[in-house]
Amino acid sequence: MKTTFTRAAAAATALSLATVPAFAQTIDEKVNEVFANSTGWFVSLIFSPFPGTTFPWIVGWLVVAATIFTLYFAFIQLRGFKHAISLVKGDYSDPNDAGEVSHFQALATALSGTVGLGNIAGVAVAVGIGGPGATFWMILAGLMGMASKFTECTLGVKYRNEYPDGTVSGGPMYYITKGFAERGIPGGKPLAVLFAIFCILGAFGGGNMFQANQAHAQITNVVGDYPGVITGLVFAAVVFAVIVGGLKSIAKVTEKVVPFMGVMYVATALVILLINFDQIGWAFGQIFEGAFTGLGVAGGMVGALIQGFKRAAFSNEAGVGSAAIAHSAVRTKEPITEGYVSLLEPFIDTVVICTMTALVIIITGQLMVDPATGNYLLNEAGSAIATVDGNSGVALTSAAFSSAFGGFKYILALAVILFAFSTMISWSYYGLKAWTFLFGESNGSQLFFKVLFCVFVVIGASASLGPVIDFSDAAIFAMAVVNIIGLYFLMPVVKRELEGYLGRLKSGEIKKFSTPAE
Amino acid sequence: MSEKFVVGFDGSEAAKGALAFAIDRAKALGGSVVIAHVLEWSPYSFLTPTELEERHKRRKEELDRAETALMKPVVAGLADSGVTIETAIKYGNIAEQLGEIAKEAGASQIVIGRNGHSGLGSRVFGSVAGSLAQIAPVATTIVP
Repeated sequence: MKTTFTRAAAAATALSLATVPAFAQTIDEKVNEVFANSTGWFVSLIFSPFPGTTFPWIVGWLVVAATIFTLYFAFIQLRGFKHAISLVKGDYSDPNDAGEVSHFQALATALSGTVGLGNIAGVAVAVGIGGPGATFWMILAGLMGMASKFTECTLGVKYRNEYPDGTVSGGPMYYITKGFAERGIPGGKPLAVLFAIFCILGAFGGGNMFQANQAHAQITNVVGDYPGVITGLVFAAVVFAVIVGGLKSIAKVTEKVVPFMGVMYVATALVILLINFDQIGWAFGQIFEGAFTGLGVAGGMVGALIQGFKRAAFSNEAGVGSAAIAHSAVRTKEPITEGYVSLLEPFIDTVVICTMTALVIIITGQLMVDPATGNYLLNEAGSAIATVDGNSGVALTSAAFSSAFGGFKYILALAVILFAFSTMISWSYYGLKAWTFLFGESNGSQLFFKVLFCVFVVIGASASLGPVIDFSDAAIFAMAVVNIIGLYFLMPVVKRELEGYLGRLKSGEIKKFSTPAE
Repeated sequence: MSEKFVVGFDGSEAAKGALAFAIDRAKALGGSVVIAHVLEWSPYSFLTPTELEERHKRRKEELDRAETALMKPVVAGLADSGVTIETAIKYGNIAEQLGEIAKEAGASQIVIGRNGHSGLGSRVFGSVAGSLAQIAPVATTIVP
């Protein structure tokens, strides 16, 4: 499509039209080069392996943390699951608080920040590189991550700032500062500052550039190739209108359409799985076998594990600290209730939605298998599994869904754009909170951040996937480094909250409000 | 036992008609009137992070506005009517909350005005009158 366009254009109007895309193309290349060069060191620092292995220390860091929280809170993700649902349903909400932020709303907003490209593109990357086995590790990471989320969101509510005008600010920078001071631990402030810096980078990376990049990839997948800088400028303009112009209508529409898209995505995946009902057993077989053998993927079992954990963490953000910012606005007297509610987030995001994507990719046979050995074939570079059409990332998911429903790629493109957009709006908020924590709440400093955020949208759409995904991962994981240190020091506070709450729940001091008239 | 009327009030012409109706009846029966305003609200709606942050503040503003711009003038206008007036402002589903207010106040009747939505609109979105017909805990009068 592109070639016919440029040929026709060149023939018709000689230079003027043809040079525009060519010029933009070189901007893309330049952006990519500068970007890769300037962020490379940061990426290699975060992803450096344990000496003598290929296992990145950061992945170990997240796994160990999730395991510790799981054990410390005695499998809260299992024993608290039912209570979490009860809280979201509003069984324990005081009717007199109607009109305040409900548990459901806090969860929905936090979810619309996390459910997004991680679930569509990220999973495709994980399965494409790590094979079906990555899915197993992803699910495990999702289940364990529920405990990390529980911990951070409880703290987010407990140590939020409530201002006289009724607005609230919360998140790791606040609980690290206030919680450390309360417990007499030194170093809270510098740690909180470090978190805020990483949070801003994370907002620019995974919360912005990765989204813009994959949205562009998805659009070109449908309409044909054109320079990313164009997508970037359009996206930046819309984001600008919302976050600087205060154009609430766009955000409102997105917030309503995104949950609908999410439900439709899962429903479509379910239909595809039902059509291929006989293969579900085989797919799970591949997932389990691949989890422990790798089935020939680069890096074997460890490769599958790393990809699974990485993409899970990137998708559900458990331990990263971002969700604590969104959850802290809920109206509740008991911070721990928000912890309960938030543990549903990695479950919905990773255990349900990510698994759906992975199953669809596996079942629709996108990954090429060597018939002789039953192992997966690698691509020419040997870095990922060869796919039927050579797709990776979001294009792989798109191909998988389209193989069952031809028109689905258009719907998916729309879903990706909307998911990308809502994630950007959420992360612009997280980034802004970190920014104002560092530089104060003045309008000038807020505006500066917002404009910078829009600039990164353009960069993200222009650069190629490799450097963007690396930097996005690195920035988000850097947040987790700081946040989890904070969580280790503050987890006894959460434990006290939990025990006090459970005691009062048992004694009947906290009880369900009668349900309103049906 | 004196009659207590709960009037669903939103400042519209229809609501004013309903209020006048209830005041007349209350006068005749020596009863009292609760002017109820419900701010439409669902705990299952979706908000942006900024909206979450400002929700508590906005709620206060909305309540203040309802109190000063809506309730105060009406109550002041009825000062000479000789009928005891109470007010109630709530968040939630309008029909459900009117029922709740009636129950809490021990009212014997709910009075609402008909806002005259077209048949199609009511069919799609439901109407307060229609919902009240199904869930009202006390007798309900619709004033056309």
